[in-house]
Amino acid sequence: MTEKKTSLSRRNFFKNAGIAAGTLVAATTLPAFDAVLYAAVKRNPKGPWYGIAIDIEKCIGCGTCAKTCKIENDVPQEPFFFRSWVEQYTILKDGSIKVISPNGGIDGFTQSTSADDIEKTFFVPKMCNHCAKSPCVQVCPVGATFETEEGIVLIDEKYCIGCKYCVQACPYGCRYFHPDKHVVDKCTLCFHRVKKGLNPACMDNCPTKARISGDLNDPESAISKFIRTRNVYVLKPHLNTGSKLYYNALNQEVR
Amino acid sequence: MPLHLKRLLMLGVLIVLLFLLLKHLLTPVSFGQFGHYRGKAIDEIAAHQVKFVGNKACVSCHDTIVTMKNEGYHSDLSCEGCHGAAYLHVDHPKLEKLFKPDSREFCGKCHSINKARPEKAVTQQNIKDHHPEDKCIKCHNPHQP
Repeated sequence: MTEKKTSLSRRNFFKNAGIAAGTLVAATTLPAFDAVLYAAVKRNPKGPWYGIAIDIEKCIGCGTCAKTCKIENDVPQEPFFFRSWVEQYTILKDGSIKVISPNGGIDGFTQSTSADDIEKTFFVPKMCNHCAKSPCVQVCPVGATFETEEGIVLIDEKYCIGCKYCVQACPYGCRYFHPDKHVVDKCTLCFHRVKKGLNPACMDNCPTKARISGDLNDPESAISKFIRTRNVYVLKPHLNTGSKLYYNALNQEVR
Repeated sequence: MPLHLKRLLMLGVLIVLLFLLLKHLLTPVSFGQFGHYRGKAIDEIAAHQVKFVGNKACVSCHDTIVTMKNEGYHSDLSCEGCHGAAYLHVDHPKLEKLFKPDSREFCGKCHSINKARPEKAVTQQNIKDHHPEDKCIKCHNPHQP
């Protein structure tokens, strides 16, 4: 009984309370964690650190990005297989949200909802977010998918065993199972073009220049300026994936 | 140590050695070069064929029409965005012809009225009512609309 009293003594109580209060005060001096711009800082000391930016205010939903991507990267032509696609979000006056993506937007969009019922509508082009903390890379059991030093997430199609675990792990739905190769496939940010000094095919062919990619390490690059000057946002920042696909004017309804 | 335990121990050592040998033989040489993946995969992916060759390649033969396009509203457009990938055409211009889109639906992919298209970004037209019997390119030169 006496021993127990000692451990709950007034002295110990003040000591523990002091430690707890001190830790709290110290924690407030730490910089706040920014899930949106987490990956936008210098990460690759040896070379470029690639990111992507899409301006929703410029996207006209023509689907050229999705179409050119399929040609450039030999993606199967039938629907359901996309490395890059466009969605149309329609927020109705009754508050409901309609999302459509007919053939990934390749054949264009036709508005089926009456204009009077629409509160807001816009296009959201989607592609791999090339996350700095990719959930898909973390779950690969064989090391067939990886992040390069430049921050591009790739798949080694000779090493992939086709377990599709990464397809489930990607919170953005950016991976698909290739019906002929029987391995998982996804956007490489046109790695073969970027390495030759070209832009990704979707960006070169976008008629309104709504999408850009570039080096986040270089403060003077177009993408760094875009991120500094626009109100950018990433998809699902609460998942803390370190996404490097920055959207301008992204509506909070977009998932 | 009893004989049956000795035998079991030997079997265990043999299994471990066999595992190490198989791991050595089955792991690709470049695995682990940069991280937990096959380093050679990077070069393999980088070696893929570039199919969209870019406007610069078009200028070398079609300079008049590219200049015309660059002076008009379609100046930001890439040639291959409408005409398709030109990687075969640049090598065999006579054999491999590119796509010449002329349908109303094709123009409509950008120019049909849709509330989601930002008004500033593109001119929009009701393609069902606006001279429905004619092709758009009858009046509008796609290279200088």
